[in-house]
Amino acid sequence: MLVKQLSVFMENRPGRLYKLTHALGKEGIDFVTLSIADTKDFGIVRFIARDNEKAYEILKKEGFTVGITELIGVEVEDRPNALAEVVHLMEESNINIEYLYSFVLTNHNSAKILMRVSDTERAVAILQAKGIKLLSEKIL
Amino acid sequence: MPKIQDYIYRPEFECMSRSEMEALQSERLRKTVELVYNNCKPYRAKMDECKLKPSDIRSVSDLSKLPFTVKHDLREAYPFGFYSSPKSDIVEVHASSGTTGKLTVVGYTQNDIDVWAEIAARSLAMAGVTKDSLVHVAYGYGLFTGGLGAHYGAQKIGASTVPASAGNTIRQLTLLRDFGATHLCCTPSYAIYLGTEIEKAGMDIGDFSLVGGAFGAEPWTYQMRDELERLLHIDALDIYGLSEISGPGVSMECMQKHGNHVQEDHFIPEIIDPETLEPLPFGCEGELVFTTITKTGQPLIRYRTRDLCTLSNERCACGRTSVKMSKVKGRSDDMLIIRGVNVFPSQIEAAIMNVSGVSPHYMIYVDRVNNLDIMEIDIELDGNLASDRISDLEAIKRKVESEVNSYIGVSAKIKLCEKGTIKRSEGKAVRVIDRRD
Repeated sequence: MLVKQLSVFMENRPGRLYKLTHALGKEGIDFVTLSIADTKDFGIVRFIARDNEKAYEILKKEGFTVGITELIGVEVEDRPNALAEVVHLMEESNINIEYLYSFVLTNHNSAKILMRVSDTERAVAILQAKGIKLLSEKIL
Repeated sequence: MPKIQDYIYRPEFECMSRSEMEALQSERLRKTVELVYNNCKPYRAKMDECKLKPSDIRSVSDLSKLPFTVKHDLREAYPFGFYSSPKSDIVEVHASSGTTGKLTVVGYTQNDIDVWAEIAARSLAMAGVTKDSLVHVAYGYGLFTGGLGAHYGAQKIGASTVPASAGNTIRQLTLLRDFGATHLCCTPSYAIYLGTEIEKAGMDIGDFSLVGGAFGAEPWTYQMRDELERLLHIDALDIYGLSEISGPGVSMECMQKHGNHVQEDHFIPEIIDPETLEPLPFGCEGELVFTTITKTGQPLIRYRTRDLCTLSNERCACGRTSVKMSKVKGRSDDMLIIRGVNVFPSQIEAAIMNVSGVSPHYMIYVDRVNNLDIMEIDIELDGNLASDRISDLEAIKRKVESEVNSYIGVSAKIKLCEKGTIKRSEGKAVRVIDRRD
């Protein structure tokens, strides 16, 4: 039901992102998503790899500060207002969206939204009740 | 249940009654004063200056009549001017480096080496070392007394001793695991580093046989002990020493884990007010001073250690009757004066260790910007990122800031760093970089 995302703490200075992406790339790990939240001093790189477990092990072994978060993933039609409808469902139930990102795959007619919310359980129930397609671990 | 089976190595001395101890100390003090007066020029000069003769010192209660010795005195006499024995009787020489460039030299006679081995053996017995133990010594061997001190103690007990010395972490871990070391001796910061590297090296702590260890050569906190015990699955005890007095084993923590027993039949401890130089009663914090009463090569009278702590004569549940010293708060040499406030790195460490989500690896930078002291603390997050929210990380940062502020009364800028980015030390940890002139 939920999608696992890895997050890595990173100091905000040159060379850090390469170190991370190269550590995984040279082991044949493929990224599905990647986003960065940053402040002046540090950032958090959030990503989903095709093999999350292996990616996690590699990063642990290489000494990264790494954690796992579970996100809600939904699949909506790739059309105007589709994202707004999902966001509205959360807001009208007073569920706070802590962060969200979305992506579209070219050969599909759908968009995928990944979000971390303040009340995951309730959000899932609401989305299911509305018949919105939730993404599982295998999001592709 | 502790895995350690500790025991009292020399009960006839370690459990002496107070009156027996004072009688023994008085007799040994008299002999030592006579020895230094007759054989060590700087001591004769100091005593003549105070118009003191050896006969004026009859018992321990006369100790405070004697002049102090400071590190500067030893450096003035560089290299061998503080010997009280002929050079031909010296069998080993150690030296510690100082900030001024000149070394502080200490010469040991065979008697002094024997004393050292004895006190180190008593110390390791407190950590349960027996002849069946395997003691892995990862202190540096060399001019630094850490390595050989632990070595002599372990050998005196008859334990298998592995002189691994410092450095090469992977090899250390491999030896520890494959040889089935039961005890580890090194600096606490290096022990923590070894502990955190086990997983990285693809090893499992379950495959190690460690039960305990004696850690010293730098001040460390109770929180650091918890971390060390958790990482290595051991009982971690504090061993204290300084090369001028003997090396590791001058005092050692028993399994009560509440203060270090001073080997009082060899070293008389005092606490003085570092300003007025007046002796202070038990329980008062001040500078620790030692008088060696069994050494012959380079005995020292009322040597000011610069270490700040308290002494206690409360009865210890372990059965030993010796005076205990509290954990050293800091060497007064390590003390930073930041915006007029005295700050010890150990206080900062204690503050940091109260915050979850950060590791015990940190570095303190002190700068002066527009005549104002600025302190920045770089601190590593621990390997598990508990939350991927920026706000939670900002909260960790603020928590460290407020803990530091409440411990030392001075604010510091906190920078969160990636795991593994702060330089690890294989000997004494470098915790402070003072960039003020």
